[in-house]
Amino acid sequence: MVRFNKVTSIRQLKLIANTIRQDVVHMLLEAKSGHSAGSIGLADIFTALYFNILYHDQQNPTWPDRDRLVLSNGHVCPVMYAAMANAGYFPKEELLTLRKLGSRLQGHPHRTILPGIETSSGPLGQGLSQAVGMALVAKAEKKRWRTYCIMSDGEHDEGQTWEAIMLAGKYKLGNLTVLIDRNNIQIDGFTEEVMPLEPFADKYRSFGWHVINVDGHNIKKIIEACEESKAIYEKPTAIIAHTIPGKGIPFMEFLTEWHGKPPSKEQADDAISTLESERKMIEDERD
Amino acid sequence: MAIRTEMKLVENPLAPKSSAASRDGFGKGLVELGEGNPNVWAVSADVSESTRTHWFAEKFPTRFVQVGVAEQNLAGVGAGIASCGKIVFISAFGVFSPGRNWDQIRVSICYNDIPVIIHASHTGLTVGPDGASHQALEDIAIVRVLPNMTVIVPADMEQTKKAVHAAAALHKPAYIRTSREKLPVFTTSETPFEIGKANVYRDGKDVAIFACGPIVHEALKAAELLSAAGIDAAVVDCHTIKPIDKKTIIEMAEKCGLLVSVEEHQVDGGMGSAIAEVLCSESCVLGSGSGVLGLEHPVPLVRHGVHNRFCESGNAMELLKHYSLDAEGIAKTVREAVAGMKRK
Repeated sequence: MVRFNKVTSIRQLKLIANTIRQDVVHMLLEAKSGHSAGSIGLADIFTALYFNILYHDQQNPTWPDRDRLVLSNGHVCPVMYAAMANAGYFPKEELLTLRKLGSRLQGHPHRTILPGIETSSGPLGQGLSQAVGMALVAKAEKKRWRTYCIMSDGEHDEGQTWEAIMLAGKYKLGNLTVLIDRNNIQIDGFTEEVMPLEPFADKYRSFGWHVINVDGHNIKKIIEACEESKAIYEKPTAIIAHTIPGKGIPFMEFLTEWHGKPPSKEQADDAISTLESERKMIEDERD
Repeated sequence: MAIRTEMKLVENPLAPKSSAASRDGFGKGLVELGEGNPNVWAVSADVSESTRTHWFAEKFPTRFVQVGVAEQNLAGVGAGIASCGKIVFISAFGVFSPGRNWDQIRVSICYNDIPVIIHASHTGLTVGPDGASHQALEDIAIVRVLPNMTVIVPADMEQTKKAVHAAAALHKPAYIRTSREKLPVFTTSETPFEIGKANVYRDGKDVAIFACGPIVHEALKAAELLSAAGIDAAVVDCHTIKPIDKKTIIEMAEKCGLLVSVEEHQVDGGMGSAIAEVLCSESCVLGSGSGVLGLEHPVPLVRHGVHNRFCESGNAMELLKHYSLDAEGIAKTVREAVAGMKRK
């Protein structure tokens, strides 16, 4: 198997995550709509996936042996688009077409127009079922590629999510890794108030899954968790990635109001200058 | 006029020797397909025997997935498998799929434009004693509005087999609607079947009856009754609801000046509605611009089926009779329509 785009330096990966955060700010400012907090909060996970974990080929997005990445909570697609552009799937200038008429970067991802997108998504709770379908094919045909699925915590309110969790457990899909953005917020408030998910890990375990809790902003830990999931043959793995919505942009962090709105020009400037100072600190770090 | 020999129906199509359920045709077609193509997969939601998917499961266990009573997951898992280059048949009862998983069919399947064929079994009134909760009478309406979708309602077991092969060859989303009940098999392996091309089984000049599914055979019998009453009725098997055969609709409308649609479905939103849409948009009089086929004069259509209601338990033929969807009921509807035209 060939490995593309693999970056092993944590410092380098942090710089990429910083770039992706800045790209997302510019994209949402230009689009004048979109989901800020979730997209920004997932920058570290997407960096880990696109630049270290996934076997993929940006020059050949339909390479049959590629790892599959299913984004179930499609509304955070700005961060995926930014990761894809930085990985070389399409020119970075195209990022500023997000949500505009004629763009390949639809408000929620659309498979048939943008190569590299495994599935169109938007309505919550549909991604894991599709990821399970993909993993079933790989298992039946003894393929070595893996399926990764990114989900939000809020979409665990959907019954379909649990139908899929149950099925992955039944078929012991050791080739399936789910990364859950455990940011504790959903549109109407905190998850534990809107619809409690805890004991979250226990629920997965009782359905026959291997569960890893991880700091969703620690790129090294995210990579390690994904590596661990590869070593679990007899069970699917759920990585519960504890994240801070809007992480890296202090005025956005933890606030549910930032779920579905873009920054203003002033807020974007503020965010970029904060991210620039963070960038300088990372540059000064040693590998 | 007599039944058209070029349709190669069975020897005595009004009283065929054999009867079988169209779901059996699905099961047989699926096995045939699976033998010839290792990329064919099947997924079932706890009704593999009832939908006849178990014949495929027994032969090709590694290409069969059982998701349990979970229709939303059924559609999603099917989509995931299809996205890996497979042709996937997902089977459940029509009331549940597409009844319960329409959003999943819309986004995971149709928006992705991938080859998942939704097999809805146990549809229509002929599911019988299970009653209204289990009688799928709205499914055609909700699937035919979906972009990228093809909708097929086969008339009998033999045609269902062909529909399975034809749907697989599309490499796009499709919907196949079958029935539980053993019904006459009046078409043969030589009867033409092409998606989007309606079969005119019987020519006529006074009225054209458009039917789909098990009702086609009732319509053929109705035409015989009408003939005795001096009404020359054409019978059209409108097996593809989407894309609907505009050309045949316009030809029959021009020729007969009166259409009657008959289906095991609510009159609103089903095959009859699809025909009404063609009659409206193809009318030159309206000058809508879309009337490329050019219907010279507006032609009336009587839509017959289930009229905006839930039905009740009973055996299949009893119910068809009760709701005037048997040969007698259809003939009565047509006679009234013809009489109405004459009064005009």
